[in-house]
Amino acid sequence: MLFFKYLNVCSINKLTLIFTGSTSKSEDTDPPLDDETGSKVEQAKETSTDPIINITGDLPASDTQQPPTTNKIADPLLDLFSDTPAVDAKKPIQPIPDLFEDEGSDLFTEPRQTKPAKQPQKSLFGEPDEDLFAEPLGATSKKTISQEPKTVTPKPSGDGGDKGANQREPADIFTEEAVITAPTVSKTPGATSKTNGVHSEEDTDIFAEATVELSLDSPHNERKKDMTAKPSASAPSLAAAAAAASLTKPQSAALEETTLPMFRTKTFTVRRRFSDFLGLYEKLSEKHGPNGFIVPPPPEKSILGMTKVKVGKEDSSSTDFVERRRGALERYLQRVVNHPSLIQDPDVREFLEREELPRAVNTQALSGAGFLKMINKATDAVSKMTIKMNESDVWFEEKLQEVEAADQLFRKLHTLVESLVVHRKELSLNTASFAKSAAMLGSAEDNTALSRALSQLAEVEDKMEQLHQEQAANDTFSFAELIADFIRLLGAVRGSFDHRMKAWQRWQDAQSMLQKKRETEAKLLWANKPDKLQLAKEEIVEWEAKVTQYERDFERVSATVRKEVIRFEKERTKNFKRQIIKYMESLLQSQQQVKCFYSSLGMKKTM
Amino acid sequence: PIRSVSVDLNNDASLLIDIPDALCERDKVKFTVHTKTTLSSFQKPEFSVPRQHEDFIWLHDTLVETEDYAGLIIPPAPPKPDFEGPREKMHKLGEGEATMTKEEYTKMKQELEAEYLAVFKKTVQVHEIFLQRLSSHPILNKDRNFQIFLEYDQDLSVRRKNAKEMFGGFFKNMVKSADEVLISGVKEVDDFFEQEKTFLLDYYSKIKDSTAKAEKMTRSHKNIADDYIRISATLNITMSFVSLQKVEGRVASDQELKLTELLRYYMRDIQAAKDLLYRRARALADYENSNKALDKARLKSKDIPQAEEHQQQCLQKFDKLSESGKKELTSFKGRRVVAFRKNLIEMAELEIKHAKVRSSIQLYYICFIMCTNELQYAWGICKILCEQI
Repeated sequence: MLFFKYLNVCSINKLTLIFTGSTSKSEDTDPPLDDETGSKVEQAKETSTDPIINITGDLPASDTQQPPTTNKIADPLLDLFSDTPAVDAKKPIQPIPDLFEDEGSDLFTEPRQTKPAKQPQKSLFGEPDEDLFAEPLGATSKKTISQEPKTVTPKPSGDGGDKGANQREPADIFTEEAVITAPTVSKTPGATSKTNGVHSEEDTDIFAEATVELSLDSPHNERKKDMTAKPSASAPSLAAAAAAASLTKPQSAALEETTLPMFRTKTFTVRRRFSDFLGLYEKLSEKHGPNGFIVPPPPEKSILGMTKVKVGKEDSSSTDFVERRRGALERYLQRVVNHPSLIQDPDVREFLEREELPRAVNTQALSGAGFLKMINKATDAVSKMTIKMNESDVWFEEKLQEVEAADQLFRKLHTLVESLVVHRKELSLNTASFAKSAAMLGSAEDNTALSRALSQLAEVEDKMEQLHQEQAANDTFSFAELIADFIRLLGAVRGSFDHRMKAWQRWQDAQSMLQKKRETEAKLLWANKPDKLQLAKEEIVEWEAKVTQYERDFERVSATVRKEVIRFEKERTKNFKRQIIKYMESLLQSQQQVKCFYSSLGMKKTM
Repeated sequence: PIRSVSVDLNNDASLLIDIPDALCERDKVKFTVHTKTTLSSFQKPEFSVPRQHEDFIWLHDTLVETEDYAGLIIPPAPPKPDFEGPREKMHKLGEGEATMTKEEYTKMKQELEAEYLAVFKKTVQVHEIFLQRLSSHPILNKDRNFQIFLEYDQDLSVRRKNAKEMFGGFFKNMVKSADEVLISGVKEVDDFFEQEKTFLLDYYSKIKDSTAKAEKMTRSHKNIADDYIRISATLNITMSFVSLQKVEGRVASDQELKLTELLRYYMRDIQAAKDLLYRRARALADYENSNKALDKARLKSKDIPQAEEHQQQCLQKFDKLSESGKKELTSFKGRRVVAFRKNLIEMAELEIKHAKVRSSIQLYYICFIMCTNELQYAWGICKILCEQI
């Protein structure tokens, strides 16, 4: 059987995997994982090193049943890390794992290489408390993951029946994956497909390759939309990069590179105003928010910041402001295109592609639409306070608490980091003035050797000043901004919880309305008014339908919220780790420089 | 103890002085001055006395007021123990307690205690160095008041009061206000002193500036350290990490202090050298005045012998000051250069070592974070950040 054709485009060459797998025990097959390049897949270089994505396991659901097919579909996870597309249960292809997609982390590639394919996928994904060098998934042999029923995964993914959403429970989906290989076999098919699909969606990554055409005969139709993730090595296929934000005009150019078939050309640039970004957000949140999607929020308006820029103040604070905004907008767009559902939205495509966008009027603060929005927000706040939801699913309650706690924490952290940035800038200034003073002192010194040493000290301090400035910038852009982003995102997460609550409310309201109608009917029955009775009966039917509809809506929204939250957690962890590593690597670099600077003092020689 | 600022002190076994411990009550510090000597001028070979900061000032001022020592650079008096910084912080901490988490408060408190301890250690060191400078000076170490200071086992406050009444700080006050004008105004006959004058005046203003700038730099570093502590407290760092962080934090501020302390000490030392120049300049002025007076007396044919004698005295005094001054200033120069060199090297080495330590810790944490679960990633960041102090 031809399960699927999977085109995986990696940086080097295209790989075509054709699996004719049988359902049997393929899962465990991981064995061939590392060393072999799997089935006739030409691996791209590194593949052999990583067994990780034992693919077999790939998605929880996928593996299960027989259909290796599902496996093959190499769930998105795989995609994330490697080109290796779906993996044949038997011959998984080793993706070229890079823990952090774009991290050039040599730090981590190394270990990978050295480890035999043993490493369970977990390591790839890092998120779970998996130690890179620890026993993989508790499985002695990686490949035998299949044997391990939920060993590693915190939550056994194996619950079938469940929409697979539960499988997401564990913070890291991939954790599941790893385990999946094993348990998948035992899983019920039902769950599989669902989860699989879900997985695919989740893994739709910015690195998705447009040219992925999955024609599956499997029930995983969602796959079609799936894009394979290219290894981080190559540029993401859909990279929305907010390039140059010019100081002169409050505009940002959005540069996109894509190979997605839905777009007309491969690389294109458009100019967008800040209000356009806000307009996009408004549209997306109106359309998708109520359905429980977490719509990524853009950076806020800043009257002070923009005024400075407009006034033409050419100092570091305005450049900082523009740079911060540019970065925030870029990350915003990347989150939007990363989202498997949002990327489908025609508004997004229009935003990315269309030459001229109609001016987004309703984002102007004082416009009519603006006022309306303000009012809506206010009523929302009030209703939020009065809605006391009977939470049937404790998961939501817990999650909400987590989110709120995280929000508080990170707001505090943001303040502290901003203070850190201010102090570091002060340090930089003070170091500069000290450097000058030391130079003067050196010139006043009459002992030649000491004079020379003091001058050198002045030079070193000068360099330190530069270093401190860079470090301040690093603190700002890699750390403070990230926290700000995260706080905004948390707000969006809470928004989705709110929408769920609204859906619940609507359902409850419909139920009470239905109840009222029934009471009316009863009364009319007793009062014996046949014509009105007829009307009442019709209304009851109408409301019964509504109740059913709203209940279904609520279920759907709940499922979406749940899925979204899990995805959010996964993404966040991944991103944060990546950023932190980057930040730390830059710290490392500065330490090296400090070492160099002070070594250059070489006072022993001069004196 | 790190005798960083000065070198070659306390090497002569005939008179060894140190301050082995001190007590801090509120802001009053009581130093225990311990002496070991082989000199017969002392009653016992080894003894200790309690002394306050005011006693040190009394000793210094007495030496300054002694005419015989006019040609010497009197070691600068140790500055008053300044707990203002930690005290202010403690005040702020108390005010902000409500807004902080328990962890944050505890951490800041610990940091405050450490800072307090650092100030305390510093002041002990500075007082110790003062005494050691005296003990290693061939002339000053024989001073009677110095001996009293070291030996007298009673309270010195009575003597302090008497001294104040006697001198009223006259000489000191005069010096403070008039020296610049006088020193620059007097016509210099000696090249050596001409050069020294120019050099010291210029150098003093520059080192004063450098000291102030270095202090600002140190303050910024401290602020950053505090920020990191608060960040780490917010993210709940565990105890083991805290101790590591504290060590790191202390090391970092120590190396900053080294530079600042060095500059500050020599700023004061140069002021003492300037004081010497001033005294000599005044002696020169006196001598010139006495010449004029002698001429006038000769003109009037009145009181000539007195005028001649006065003139001779002035000349002698001036010559003595010049001779001893030249010796003092030359050795001072050598001492300063050596101390600077030693301290700058130590500082650079500390910076390098610290950078190495931080690098390896960072590397470790990078690996750690990779392996850590998502709830701990923030913990990891903090660690790294705190290393940045």
